[in-house]
Amino acid sequence: MDFLQPSSWDDALAARAERPDALPIAGGTDVMVELNFDRRRPGALLDLTRVPELREWTLADGVVRLGAGVPYARVIGELGDRLPGLAMAARTVGSPQIRARGTVGGNLGSASPAGDAHPPLLAAGAQVELVSAARGARRVPVADFFAGVKRSVLEPDELIAAVLVPEAAGPQQYCKVGTRNAMVIAVSAFALALHPDRQEVGTGIGSAAPTPRRAPEAGQFLAGELNWAARTPLPETLAAEFGRRVADAASPIDDVRGSAAYRRHSLAVMARRAATWAWDDLRRAA
Amino acid sequence: MTTTEATARQTGRIGESAQRPDGTLKVTGEYAYASDLWHDDMVWGVTLRSPHPSARIRRIDVAEALTVPGVTAVLTADDVPGENAYGLEHADSPVLAADVVRYVGEPVALVAADHPETARRAAARIRVDYEVLPALTDPRRALDDDAPRVHPGGNLVRHQRLRRGDPDPTAPVVVSLDFCVGMQDQAFLGPESGLAVPAEDGGVDLYVATQWLHIDQRQVCLALGMPPEKVRLTLAGVGGAFGGREDLSVHVHACLLALRTGRPVKMSYGREESFYGHVHRHPATMTYEFGAERDGTLVYARAHVLLDGGAYASSTAAVVGNAGLLGLGPYRIPSVAVDAYGVFTNNPPCGAMRGFGCVQAAFAHEALMDELADAVGVDPVEIRRRNGLREGERTITGQAVDSPAPVAELLQRVADLPLPPPADTADIRSLPGAVGNTTHGEGVRRGVGYAVTMKNVGFSEGFDDYSTARVRLQVTGGEAVASVHTAAAEVGQGLVTVQQQIARTELGVERVVVVPADTTVGSAGSTSASRQTYVTGGAVQAACGAVRTAVLQRAAVALGLSPAALRLDGDKVVGSSGEVLADLAEVLGGDAVEETVEWRHRPTHAVDPETGQGDAHVQFAFSAHRAVVDVDVELGLVKVVALDTAQDVGKAINPDAVVGQIHGGSAQGMGLALMEEVVVTDGHVRNPSFTDYLLPTVLDVPPMRVEVLEYADPHAPYGVRGVGEPPTISSGPAVAAAVRAATGRPLRRVPIRPEHITGT
Repeated sequence: MDFLQPSSWDDALAARAERPDALPIAGGTDVMVELNFDRRRPGALLDLTRVPELREWTLADGVVRLGAGVPYARVIGELGDRLPGLAMAARTVGSPQIRARGTVGGNLGSASPAGDAHPPLLAAGAQVELVSAARGARRVPVADFFAGVKRSVLEPDELIAAVLVPEAAGPQQYCKVGTRNAMVIAVSAFALALHPDRQEVGTGIGSAAPTPRRAPEAGQFLAGELNWAARTPLPETLAAEFGRRVADAASPIDDVRGSAAYRRHSLAVMARRAATWAWDDLRRAA
Repeated sequence: MTTTEATARQTGRIGESAQRPDGTLKVTGEYAYASDLWHDDMVWGVTLRSPHPSARIRRIDVAEALTVPGVTAVLTADDVPGENAYGLEHADSPVLAADVVRYVGEPVALVAADHPETARRAAARIRVDYEVLPALTDPRRALDDDAPRVHPGGNLVRHQRLRRGDPDPTAPVVVSLDFCVGMQDQAFLGPESGLAVPAEDGGVDLYVATQWLHIDQRQVCLALGMPPEKVRLTLAGVGGAFGGREDLSVHVHACLLALRTGRPVKMSYGREESFYGHVHRHPATMTYEFGAERDGTLVYARAHVLLDGGAYASSTAAVVGNAGLLGLGPYRIPSVAVDAYGVFTNNPPCGAMRGFGCVQAAFAHEALMDELADAVGVDPVEIRRRNGLREGERTITGQAVDSPAPVAELLQRVADLPLPPPADTADIRSLPGAVGNTTHGEGVRRGVGYAVTMKNVGFSEGFDDYSTARVRLQVTGGEAVASVHTAAAEVGQGLVTVQQQIARTELGVERVVVVPADTTVGSAGSTSASRQTYVTGGAVQAACGAVRTAVLQRAAVALGLSPAALRLDGDKVVGSSGEVLADLAEVLGGDAVEETVEWRHRPTHAVDPETGQGDAHVQFAFSAHRAVVDVDVELGLVKVVALDTAQDVGKAINPDAVVGQIHGGSAQGMGLALMEEVVVTDGHVRNPSFTDYLLPTVLDVPPMRVEVLEYADPHAPYGVRGVGEPPTISSGPAVAAAVRAATGRPLRRVPIRPEHITGT
């Protein structure tokens, strides 16, 4: 196995184009597990940790452009106010060591249905910036990025440059169920973002379908029922109905981590609670 | 050094928390574990394992594997020179499968190569032609007439009957339940590893992480067809054991490859292979019934315990013994009928794990005690106090308890500890789900649960249980230095420290060297059954005593005094009132005084096969736990808030080490109650990794209050009582009881999964 270690973004794109058999690696928290379990034997590893452009985030026009190589620890430390949902998800990732290594870009690259970063990106309406040496950059809404279990629309000659996440215009929440209290892969996860500016509710579901997905119908339902002007309390029955609709949007399976029925049930509970917390936050902020 | 410091300085004798000699190295990462073993020009061995739970091997073709550059050997069953069988109780496990495979993960072939990856890739090129056979994977079917036979002799490993008192008892209050316990893994952090070095005499030197060098040696000799003097074992750094290193793993395989290639061979499992490379805790299916007076006093107990032993016997028979003979807990019960079974299946083999048969049974009898408490209207502490064994009373096997049995006091102690404050809803880390941010207090209910246990210490049922210690006292660098040599395995529990402390105490010297454990000294028995401080501690004490006698005799002659008037203290020979009479170094001069002692505890006895009656055990150890949990009843998530315990240790040789053992044991029991399970479907392990075999983290294990009682056992060295296992037994049932109390659900299975609580 070759080890490629470009030190600039252009070199990285060139290497990617030359070696379609290369597997990009950032923090390595997914890739090394795959290699250690002998699930993958790529012809080469393309180490992106020396590419400075990937390790920066910038803010322009209310959108955070988060370099694909920014680790979770920095998302927590530097972006907790602008991207609260993503920061909450980042706090649930692994251990401190994993959060220091693992990146949002790497999470997208793995495209696991259980990826912790995905639900808040879905809820926030983020876009993924994909770049190839031959065709340049394109932007894909994160909802269109996932193509199947651990598959995405990333082309063999493309790298993930960044994810573009609108700054939070309202409260965001992220909830993740695991069978222990830390360092656990999600049994189910749910993210919610209130967009009071456009009176919309963003949603993201994790670990309960072949891909991370939104619950658009549930979000539209809640957005339509909420009293955005007067910000009156969210009735429990409404929150519960939202939870049911979120659960209906999932297509979970039974596996070693949990049952399909529990995944639906827990999504309903998390969605109900998250909506209540977020709406209460918005009311308090008013 | 100031006077104050001098007086405050520890002597490192028994009763003090002497520092571990290996402590700093382990904390700084410099300690050499078995996986760090290295030898110039060594090659790497790997194992090809069965992908089927049951299959006939029609043919094995190794030709292609041999063509891989770098491969030095490929071995199959035909290459085993001795007996192709090993086992702790019955030699029924093939070194390499010959005609059939009986579980997924059974070793089939070995490869040695100059790089582990080369060896793995070559192993993948071995072609094994399997004829897949029907597999028996449901232990409840094992004894059916039409069940597939895992072994020609049938599927029963052991049936232990226990009958006492009225054969047909009745009682005004009757409670019963069914309970299931999942398969727990020892999850030691240092996977199986060893290095075999071929020797010029045609033999082999094996460095390996294990729990009992001599029983390994015996089995390796049998498989290699070599006498013991040709097969020498040395303990390599052990990264935890918990029973999982009682059976052989890499031992014979590494030796076979070393002898074939003439090169040192290292074998080291990864985590996934480790799940296939050692036995697990037996899953159990149990039915229990208690009959009691209206005040809760037990009248009778019935129990049916079925343990899934998996494909090979390992220590299933002894685990069945414990599950039967100790399966009703530390209670006074006049009439008893217990049937405990261990059966073969095509599931992964199960064997020894900390708590050994008592862990499974305790979940059932403690849940049933709570049922009884409810039925008669008393609280969980009172029902246990009322029925708790006391010194002088008889166990269910008719054995008189001839040392303290403080069941009631242990319970009272944990009950009297302060309860933790209510959950802090402002800090999600203190709530169920923690950083998962699943509740801010919604759905959270608190529950409190109690459990108590009694565990046998040492090997039971007539086993010749002994240890050997060689102690040498000589002058090195002008100072008297004691060296202690045993074959006892330090597996992390702190036995090396205990040996030093005993030698310092008995010989009055400061400098004590513990010589690496190997087979050049006699057997120390197994580091299991909470026995080493008792048994090897007893052997070291006795050997030190013999050395002391010899040294004092020499001093007495030189000083013209009676040896009875002399003692050893502070590296001096002192008189009866402590006056210094001579330097120990001077008395020794250039001579070494060395004694080797084989030490036995009081004999135990086999039980009657029909009634289970007999004095089966040498000692009992007792602990009680109180667990406090917060449960998010809507999501089924649990946060253990407190896990407090009281344990009688007889005498704390090293108090910090005792508390450390209790912390670890409590966490391990809690893990089984809430998350630790090897999930097996149709004979296949579905979660052979720490990604999905979940161990408690620092956010799962609460701070623990530990009350250590020291009621000496008059029959044991220094009065010690085994420490390691009891906390593993009583913590899990206490946690399960607390979750039941919080949720109001019966929860008759562990690990308790979220969906069991939510009912979804």
